[in-house]
Amino acid sequence: MSVFDQQSTRKPPISQIGAVLWLKTNLFSSWINSLLTLASLYLLYIMIPPLLDWMIFNASFSFGTVNLFGFDIKFSEAMATNQNCGREGACWPYIYEKLYMYTYGFYPRTETWRPNIVFGLTALLFVIVPLVKHYKHKNRVTLSLIILYPLVSYVLIAGGFGLLMPVSTDQWGGLLLTLIIASVGIIVSFPIGVLLALGRQSNLKVIKLFSTLFIEFIRAVPLITILFMASFVLPLFLESGNYFDKLLRALIGIALFQAAYFAEVVRGGLQAIPRGQYEAADAIGLSYFQKNILIILPQALKISIPNIVGSSISLFKDTTLVLIIGLFDMLAMVNLTSNDPYWLGRETEGFVFVTIVMWAILYTMSRYSRKLELRFNTENTN
Amino acid sequence: MSTDKSKNNKTNIIEISKLNKWYGDFHALKNIDLNVKEGEIIVVCGPSGSGKSTLIRCVNFLEKFQEGTILVSGTELTDDAQKIRKIRSEVAMVFQHFNLFPHLTIVDNLTLAPIWVHNETKLEAREKALKLLDRVGIRDQAEKYPNQLSGGQQQRVAIARSLCTSPKIMLFDEPTSALDPEMISEVLDVMVELAKEGITMICVTHEMGFARKVANRIIFMDDGQIVEENDPENFFNHAESDRLQLFLDQILTH
Repeated sequence: MSVFDQQSTRKPPISQIGAVLWLKTNLFSSWINSLLTLASLYLLYIMIPPLLDWMIFNASFSFGTVNLFGFDIKFSEAMATNQNCGREGACWPYIYEKLYMYTYGFYPRTETWRPNIVFGLTALLFVIVPLVKHYKHKNRVTLSLIILYPLVSYVLIAGGFGLLMPVSTDQWGGLLLTLIIASVGIIVSFPIGVLLALGRQSNLKVIKLFSTLFIEFIRAVPLITILFMASFVLPLFLESGNYFDKLLRALIGIALFQAAYFAEVVRGGLQAIPRGQYEAADAIGLSYFQKNILIILPQALKISIPNIVGSSISLFKDTTLVLIIGLFDMLAMVNLTSNDPYWLGRETEGFVFVTIVMWAILYTMSRYSRKLELRFNTENTN
Repeated sequence: MSTDKSKNNKTNIIEISKLNKWYGDFHALKNIDLNVKEGEIIVVCGPSGSGKSTLIRCVNFLEKFQEGTILVSGTELTDDAQKIRKIRSEVAMVFQHFNLFPHLTIVDNLTLAPIWVHNETKLEAREKALKLLDRVGIRDQAEKYPNQLSGGQQQRVAIARSLCTSPKIMLFDEPTSALDPEMISEVLDVMVELAKEGITMICVTHEMGFARKVANRIIFMDDGQIVEENDPENFFNHAESDRLQLFLDQILTH
């Protein structure tokens, strides 16, 4: 018989940790990997310096005097013009001058505080929701925010009700419009999508058929077609003079379009739920709706988070298509402002700027989704 | 069948007659007749595919059947959703794979049905749930999630969950088949305790030790029919049919 001493624990050998090892295993693990690493470095070398030259070193930052939060910051004596900006670098003063258009479109300049409050509220929402996470009535708080936030935002932006100067939807534009279309599209289409997904799985044949037909029809048609239909064909069916808002028509089209995509994403999640979960919910006597709301959907939606966010990001990018029915979102504003005779030939700056803004928003969305996934993960915690 | 005369005075809580079920063309249950008295402990065994799980899943209507009738507490099982829900609140089921809700904590798993089906307040439900968890010996795990528990613990939670609605009948569908060997006894111990308390139980299981100890009747099924039923003593020692004898030989050799 043998008895063994208990072994003491120690750190891994030094050759198995650290930066050199990381380089060796990740970038130079084989000759083909080394080749790829070098090729990538070369590509970066020929791309990055010219880009930096254009964006920063040769660019003009002569904004004149900028008032930022009440402080006057003097960049240069006077703001640069198209002529003295030069062609070898970006002319950022152009963006600065058109920033209002990019952000608010044709929104009356005296009323800018209203969309600003909405932007502020939106940011606040992302701060508040995680803060009340441990609060006892967090569901009630979240629910009232979900109901209040769109109402308050609408009243602020559209005005009317005898309180604020009404601003018609023709005047909404730029980033404001992009965010409105994307968020309304996502928020409205989500519940419809969930219902369609449940409908497609339903035992009731009529509901199943309707859901399937709707989803398959919408998914087989490009968004542009749906926007055209909503914008030009739909009014033909309505009595003449029965005008209803162009933006509203576009929103309905987008919401229905997105609902079909969400439905398929959620259906994927539903199919991943084991049959045992349905049976256990049935066995303890839950009704159809209780079963879905309490047991099935929380799990299915959790699995679907990456795809839901992916689909939302697609929609956000697709909102740029509203240009073709005459709505001026942020990207459309680049085209519009480039027609300014005083600033001819400066589209590039506009497109680069819009790219950066879009990237910042969408990258944030995708990071946020990762956080949500981790927060809701109860399956693999130990 | 004369070992437990006291049971004979009680009424039938489950009456199954001429039950037939098909999956497509496959005849899964053939003319099943079975009456279960209040407080009776029935063990159903038989080779896999013999229809034992299907039979007990018919009792709470997880499976629909094409012919025959099942009465639970005098109520006939039909497609009527209202009736089904009422019966399901009296008939609890424990599954082979536990089927706990992984997105809810242990205690929330237990309080779900009391709160949503039986309209109890959160506080009442929680108190009762903690008592039940205490009874199955895992009160200290109440705030954890199912996947943080071992298989045996999860199955005990599942039993506690099904007890939460104070059911009259408990159905066990191979409750220990998915467990590691060292965890089987902790689950069987809980089931033995339950059996002593007089709750009506139908257990599909291969645990013959358990059957011998607590069953009032053991039913042997093969090929979709009940082949033999007897009290434990005669079941194991004086099997009448060859098929049962063969089955017993196979499972009792080791």
